Amino acid sequence: MFSGAAAAAVYWRDGRVHFLDILFGDVTLFGEMLPKVLAGCMIGAFVTLLLPREMVARWVGHESGFAGLLIAALFGVILPGGPITIYPVAGAFLAMGADAGAVVAFITSWTLIGYTRALVWELPFFGPDFVIWRIVAAVPLPIVAGTLARIAVKSGYAQGPSDI
Amino acid sequence: MTLAINILLWLIVVSLAFFAALRGRILLNEGVSDGAIEFIKLLPRIGIGVVGSGFVAEVLPKALIGSWLGPKSGLLGVALATLGGALTPGGPVVGFSIGAAALKSGAGAPQVIAYSTAWALYAIHRLMIWEVPLMPARMVWLRAAVSLPLPFIAAAAAIALGKP
Repeated sequence: MFSGAAAAAVYWRDGRVHFLDILFGDVTLFGEMLPKVLAGCMIGAFVTLLLPREMVARWVGHESGFAGLLIAALFGVILPGGPITIYPVAGAFLAMGADAGAVVAFITSWTLIGYTRALVWELPFFGPDFVIWRIVAAVPLPIVAGTLARIAVKSGYAQGPSDI
Repeated sequence: MTLAINILLWLIVVSLAFFAALRGRILLNEGVSDGAIEFIKLLPRIGIGVVGSGFVAEVLPKALIGSWLGPKSGLLGVALATLGGALTPGGPVVGFSIGAAALKSGAGAPQVIAYSTAWALYAIHRLMIWEVPLMPARMVWLRAAVSLPLPFIAAAAAIALGKP
Protein backbone atom coordinates (compact mmCIF):
# COMPACT_ATOMS: atom_id res chain seq x y z
CA MET A 1 0.00 0.00 0.00
CA PHE A 2 2.84 2.30 1.01
CA SER A 3 4.68 1.33 -2.17
CA GLY A 4 1.57 1.95 -4.27
CA ALA A 5 1.18 5.47 -2.87
CA ALA A 6 4.81 6.27 -3.59
CA ALA A 7 4.46 4.90 -7.12
CA ALA A 8 1.36 7.04 -7.70
CA ALA A 9 3.18 10.12 -6.37
CA VAL A 10 6.08 9.59 -8.77
CA TYR A 11 3.70 9.08 -11.69
CA TRP A 12 1.78 12.23 -10.84
CA ARG A 13 4.85 14.38 -10.18
CA ASP A 14 7.32 13.25 -12.82
CA GLY A 15 5.13 11.78 -15.55
CA ARG A 16 4.97 8.45 -17.29
CA VAL A 17 8.47 8.18 -18.73
CA HIS A 18 10.16 8.62 -15.38
CA PHE A 19 7.68 6.23 -13.77
CA LEU A 20 8.47 3.54 -16.34
CA ASP A 21 12.21 4.19 -15.90
CA ILE A 22 12.02 3.43 -12.20
CA LEU A 23 9.69 0.49 -12.68
CA PHE A 24 12.02 -1.02 -15.24
CA GLY A 25 15.05 -0.45 -12.99
CA ASP A 26 13.31 -2.10 -10.03
CA VAL A 27 12.11 -5.08 -12.04
CA THR A 28 15.64 -5.60 -13.40
CA LEU A 29 17.00 -5.42 -9.85
CA PHE A 30 14.40 -7.94 -8.73
CA GLY A 31 15.41 -10.27 -11.55
CA GLU A 32 19.08 -9.97 -10.56
CA MET A 33 18.25 -10.81 -6.97
CA LEU A 34 16.33 -14.01 -7.71
CA PRO A 35 19.29 -16.38 -8.15
CA LYS A 36 20.78 -15.13 -4.88
CA VAL A 37 17.51 -15.56 -3.02
CA LEU A 38 17.10 -19.08 -4.38
CA ALA A 39 20.70 -19.92 -3.43
CA GLY A 40 20.09 -18.57 0.09
CA CYS A 41 17.02 -20.76 0.51
CA MET A 42 18.94 -23.81 -0.74
CA ILE A 43 21.89 -23.18 1.58
CA GLY A 44 19.50 -22.80 4.51
CA ALA A 45 17.69 -26.03 3.66
CA PHE A 46 20.86 -28.09 3.19
CA VAL A 47 22.63 -26.69 6.24
CA THR A 48 19.61 -27.68 8.34
CA LEU A 49 19.69 -31.22 6.95
CA LEU A 50 23.47 -31.73 7.04
CA LEU A 51 24.89 -30.07 10.16
CA PRO A 52 24.60 -32.29 13.22
CA ARG A 53 22.45 -30.57 15.84
CA GLU A 54 24.82 -31.47 18.67
CA MET A 55 27.64 -29.65 16.92
CA VAL A 56 25.63 -26.45 16.47
CA ALA A 57 24.44 -26.61 20.06
CA ARG A 58 27.98 -27.12 21.34
CA TRP A 59 29.58 -24.39 19.21
CA VAL A 60 26.98 -21.65 19.42
CA GLY A 61 24.44 -22.91 21.98
CA HIS A 62 23.51 -21.59 25.43
CA GLU A 63 26.72 -22.82 27.07
CA SER A 64 29.09 -21.68 24.31
CA GLY A 65 30.15 -18.48 26.09
CA PHE A 66 32.19 -15.74 24.49
CA ALA A 67 33.78 -18.14 21.99
CA GLY A 68 30.31 -18.96 20.67
CA LEU A 69 29.66 -15.30 19.93
CA LEU A 70 33.03 -15.00 18.19
CA ILE A 71 32.38 -18.09 16.07
CA ALA A 72 28.92 -16.84 15.12
CA ALA A 73 30.25 -13.38 14.20
CA LEU A 74 33.08 -14.89 12.17
CA PHE A 75 30.62 -17.14 10.35
CA GLY A 76 28.59 -14.06 9.46
CA VAL A 77 31.65 -12.43 7.89
CA ILE A 78 32.62 -15.50 5.86
CA LEU A 79 29.25 -16.53 4.41
CA PRO A 80 28.52 -14.82 1.11
CA GLY A 81 25.19 -13.22 0.25
CA GLY A 82 23.25 -10.12 1.15
CA PRO A 83 20.41 -9.39 3.53
CA ILE A 84 18.09 -11.54 1.44
CA THR A 85 20.02 -14.72 2.13
CA ILE A 86 20.59 -14.18 5.87
CA TYR A 87 17.29 -15.04 7.37
CA PRO A 88 16.75 -18.57 6.00
CA VAL A 89 20.20 -19.55 7.27
CA ALA A 90 19.80 -17.79 10.64
CA GLY A 91 16.36 -19.37 11.10
CA ALA A 92 17.92 -22.77 10.43
CA PHE A 93 20.62 -22.21 13.07
CA LEU A 94 18.01 -21.13 15.58
CA ALA A 95 15.93 -24.24 14.94
CA MET A 96 19.05 -26.36 15.47
CA GLY A 97 19.88 -25.11 18.92
CA ALA A 98 21.97 -21.97 18.49
CA ASP A 99 21.23 -19.47 21.28
CA ALA A 100 19.72 -16.01 20.77
CA GLY A 101 23.00 -14.18 21.42
CA ALA A 102 24.85 -16.19 18.79
CA VAL A 103 22.13 -15.69 16.18
CA VAL A 104 22.09 -11.94 16.88
CA ALA A 105 25.90 -11.79 16.56
CA PHE A 106 25.67 -13.76 13.31
CA ILE A 107 23.02 -11.51 11.70
CA THR A 108 24.74 -8.34 12.90
CA SER A 109 28.12 -9.29 11.48
CA TRP A 110 26.56 -10.44 8.23
CA THR A 111 24.70 -7.17 7.74
CA LEU A 112 27.46 -4.81 8.89
CA ILE A 113 30.75 -6.51 8.02
CA GLY A 114 29.78 -9.09 5.38
CA TYR A 115 31.87 -8.35 2.36
CA THR A 116 29.42 -9.17 -0.43
CA ARG A 117 27.00 -6.45 0.53
CA ALA A 118 29.80 -3.93 0.80
CA LEU A 119 31.30 -4.94 -2.55
CA VAL A 120 28.11 -5.14 -4.57
CA TRP A 121 25.99 -2.33 -3.17
CA GLU A 122 27.95 0.01 -0.94
CA LEU A 123 31.21 0.47 -2.82
CA PRO A 124 29.66 1.92 -6.00
CA PHE A 125 27.85 4.58 -3.96
CA PHE A 126 30.47 5.58 -1.40
CA GLY A 127 33.92 4.62 -2.67
CA PRO A 128 36.53 2.49 -0.85
CA ASP A 129 37.78 4.99 1.80
CA PHE A 130 34.36 5.54 3.29
CA VAL A 131 33.34 1.86 3.15
CA ILE A 132 36.55 0.64 4.86
CA TRP A 133 36.19 3.33 7.54
CA ARG A 134 32.60 2.33 8.22
CA ILE A 135 33.43 -1.37 8.38
CA VAL A 136 36.36 -0.88 10.78
CA ALA A 137 34.04 1.13 13.05
CA ALA A 138 31.55 -1.76 12.93
CA VAL A 139 33.94 -4.60 13.88
CA PRO A 140 33.07 -4.78 17.62
CA LEU A 141 29.32 -4.39 17.08
CA PRO A 142 28.30 -8.06 16.54
CA ILE A 143 29.86 -9.03 19.88
CA VAL A 144 28.18 -6.06 21.60
CA ALA A 145 24.77 -6.99 20.17
CA GLY A 146 25.19 -10.70 20.93
CA THR A 147 26.22 -9.97 24.53
CA LEU A 148 23.27 -7.60 25.02
CA ALA A 149 20.92 -10.26 23.65
CA ARG A 150 22.28 -12.86 26.09
CA ILE A 151 21.93 -10.44 29.00
CA ALA A 152 18.34 -9.69 27.95
CA VAL A 153 17.47 -13.39 27.74
CA LYS A 154 19.16 -14.22 31.08
CA SER A 155 17.52 -11.39 32.97
CA GLY A 156 14.11 -12.45 31.70
CA TYR A 157 13.34 -9.36 29.61
CA ALA A 158 13.15 -11.59 26.60
CA GLN A 159 12.69 -15.29 26.27
CA GLY A 160 15.24 -17.42 24.54
CA PRO A 161 14.56 -19.30 21.33
CA SER A 162 13.92 -22.51 23.25
CA ASP A 163 10.76 -20.93 24.67
CA ILE A 164 9.41 -19.85 21.32
CA MET B 1 30.83 -8.49 -9.32
CA THR B 2 27.25 -9.67 -8.95
CA LEU B 3 28.12 -12.58 -11.22
CA ALA B 4 31.12 -13.56 -9.08
CA ILE B 5 28.95 -13.63 -5.97
CA ASN B 6 26.28 -15.67 -7.71
CA ILE B 7 28.93 -18.18 -8.73
CA LEU B 8 30.30 -18.31 -5.18
CA LEU B 9 26.84 -18.79 -3.68
CA TRP B 10 25.93 -21.54 -6.10
CA LEU B 11 29.28 -23.27 -5.56
CA ILE B 12 28.30 -23.51 -1.90
CA VAL B 13 24.86 -24.84 -2.85
CA VAL B 14 26.40 -27.45 -5.16
CA SER B 15 28.95 -28.63 -2.60
CA LEU B 16 26.26 -28.84 0.11
CA ALA B 17 24.06 -30.79 -2.32
CA PHE B 18 27.01 -33.07 -3.05
CA PHE B 19 27.48 -33.89 0.65
CA ALA B 20 23.74 -34.46 0.95
CA ALA B 21 23.83 -36.81 -2.04
CA LEU B 22 26.67 -38.79 -0.43
CA ARG B 23 24.35 -39.44 2.51
CA GLY B 24 21.55 -40.61 0.25
CA ARG B 25 19.22 -39.64 -2.53
CA ILE B 26 16.31 -38.94 -0.16
CA LEU B 27 18.26 -36.31 1.75
CA LEU B 28 19.21 -34.55 -1.50
CA ASN B 29 15.58 -34.46 -2.69
CA GLU B 30 14.42 -33.23 0.68
CA GLY B 31 16.92 -30.37 0.66
CA VAL B 32 16.02 -29.26 -2.85
CA SER B 33 12.28 -29.31 -2.18
CA ASP B 34 12.61 -27.55 1.23
CA GLY B 35 14.69 -24.82 -0.39
CA ALA B 36 12.32 -24.45 -3.34
CA ILE B 37 9.24 -24.17 -1.11
CA GLU B 38 10.92 -21.49 0.99
CA PHE B 39 11.84 -19.60 -2.19
CA ILE B 40 8.30 -19.68 -3.60
CA LYS B 41 6.89 -18.41 -0.31
CA LEU B 42 9.34 -15.49 -0.36
CA LEU B 43 8.85 -14.42 -3.98
CA PRO B 44 5.76 -12.18 -3.73
CA ARG B 45 7.03 -10.37 -0.64
CA ILE B 46 10.39 -9.61 -2.16
CA GLY B 47 8.82 -8.54 -5.45
CA ILE B 48 6.61 -5.97 -3.74
CA GLY B 49 9.48 -4.84 -1.53
CA VAL B 50 11.96 -4.25 -4.32
CA VAL B 51 9.64 -2.61 -6.83
CA GLY B 52 8.01 -0.47 -4.15
CA SER B 53 11.20 0.72 -2.49
CA GLY B 54 12.51 2.28 -5.71
CA PHE B 55 9.45 4.54 -5.83
CA VAL B 56 9.67 5.36 -2.15
CA ALA B 57 13.30 6.45 -2.54
CA GLU B 58 12.28 8.67 -5.44
CA VAL B 59 9.74 10.64 -3.39
CA LEU B 60 12.00 11.10 -0.34
CA PRO B 61 13.34 14.66 0.09
CA LYS B 62 17.06 14.06 -0.31
CA ALA B 63 18.17 17.68 0.00
CA LEU B 64 16.35 18.08 3.30
CA ILE B 65 18.05 15.01 4.72
CA GLY B 66 21.46 16.51 3.93
CA SER B 67 20.76 19.78 5.68
CA TRP B 68 19.54 18.12 8.89
CA LEU B 69 22.53 15.84 9.22
CA GLY B 70 25.43 18.25 8.68
CA PRO B 71 28.82 17.66 10.36
CA LYS B 72 27.88 20.14 13.12
CA SER B 73 24.59 18.41 13.91
CA GLY B 74 26.44 16.28 16.51
CA LEU B 75 24.60 13.76 18.66
CA LEU B 76 21.19 15.08 17.59
CA GLY B 77 22.21 14.55 13.97
CA VAL B 78 23.31 11.00 14.77
CA ALA B 79 19.98 10.36 16.54
CA LEU B 80 18.01 11.81 13.62
CA ALA B 81 20.09 9.75 11.18
CA THR B 82 19.42 6.61 13.22
CA LEU B 83 15.69 7.28 13.21
CA GLY B 84 15.80 8.03 9.49
CA GLY B 85 17.66 4.77 8.84
CA ALA B 86 15.02 2.79 10.72
CA LEU B 87 12.23 4.42 8.72
CA THR B 88 13.91 4.07 5.31
CA PRO B 89 12.44 1.21 3.30
CA GLY B 90 14.62 -1.84 2.72
CA GLY B 91 15.92 -3.16 -0.55
CA PRO B 92 19.61 -3.13 -1.28
CA VAL B 93 19.90 0.19 -3.08
CA VAL B 94 17.63 2.60 -1.22
CA GLY B 95 19.59 3.17 1.98
CA PHE B 96 22.93 3.43 0.24
CA SER B 97 21.66 5.78 -2.45
CA ILE B 98 20.06 8.08 0.13
CA GLY B 99 23.19 7.92 2.30
CA ALA B 100 25.41 8.79 -0.67
CA ALA B 101 23.05 11.61 -1.69
CA ALA B 102 23.07 12.97 1.87
CA LEU B 103 26.86 12.85 1.97
CA LYS B 104 26.99 14.79 -1.31
CA SER B 105 24.53 17.38 -0.08
CA GLY B 106 26.54 18.14 3.04
CA ALA B 107 25.76 15.54 5.71
CA GLY B 108 28.57 14.62 8.13
CA ALA B 109 30.28 11.25 7.62
CA PRO B 110 29.59 9.90 11.17
CA GLN B 111 25.93 10.81 10.71
CA VAL B 112 25.83 8.94 7.42
CA ILE B 113 27.54 5.96 9.07
CA ALA B 114 24.87 6.00 11.81
CA TYR B 115 22.21 6.22 9.12
CA SER B 116 23.42 3.29 7.03
CA THR B 117 24.15 1.19 10.15
CA ALA B 118 20.62 1.76 11.50
CA TRP B 119 19.15 1.07 8.08
CA ALA B 120 21.14 -2.15 7.69
CA LEU B 121 20.26 -3.39 11.18
CA TYR B 122 16.64 -2.50 11.71
CA ALA B 123 14.89 -0.83 8.82
CA ILE B 124 11.31 -1.48 9.91
CA HIS B 125 10.18 -2.23 6.38
CA ARG B 126 12.82 -4.97 6.03
CA LEU B 127 12.03 -6.48 9.41
CA MET B 128 8.40 -6.85 8.38
CA ILE B 129 8.94 -8.15 4.86
CA TRP B 130 11.89 -10.50 5.30
CA GLU B 131 12.77 -11.21 8.86
CA VAL B 132 9.37 -11.77 10.49
CA PRO B 133 8.21 -14.42 7.98
CA LEU B 134 11.44 -16.39 8.38
CA MET B 135 12.29 -16.13 12.07
CA PRO B 136 10.37 -16.42 15.32
CA ALA B 137 8.85 -12.96 15.90
CA ARG B 138 10.24 -12.64 19.43
CA MET B 139 13.72 -13.26 18.11
CA VAL B 140 13.28 -10.46 15.57
CA TRP B 141 12.21 -7.95 18.23
CA LEU B 142 14.97 -9.04 20.59
CA ARG B 143 17.54 -8.49 17.86
CA ALA B 144 16.08 -5.09 16.92
CA ALA B 145 16.02 -4.02 20.58
CA VAL B 146 19.63 -4.91 21.33
CA SER B 147 20.71 -3.29 18.06
CA LEU B 148 19.23 0.10 19.01
CA PRO B 149 22.49 1.57 20.41
CA LEU B 150 24.73 0.19 17.66
CA PRO B 151 24.48 3.13 15.20
CA PHE B 152 25.60 5.46 18.01
CA ILE B 153 28.55 3.22 18.82
CA ALA B 154 29.47 3.03 15.13
CA ALA B 155 29.33 6.83 14.77
CA ALA B 156 31.43 7.27 17.93
CA ALA B 157 33.95 4.71 16.73
CA ALA B 158 34.12 6.42 13.33
CA ILE B 159 34.87 9.76 15.02
CA ALA B 160 37.49 8.12 17.27
CA LEU B 161 39.19 6.47 14.29
CA GLY B 162 39.26 9.71 12.34
CA LYS B 163 38.56 10.02 8.65
CA PRO B 164 41.06 8.21 6.41
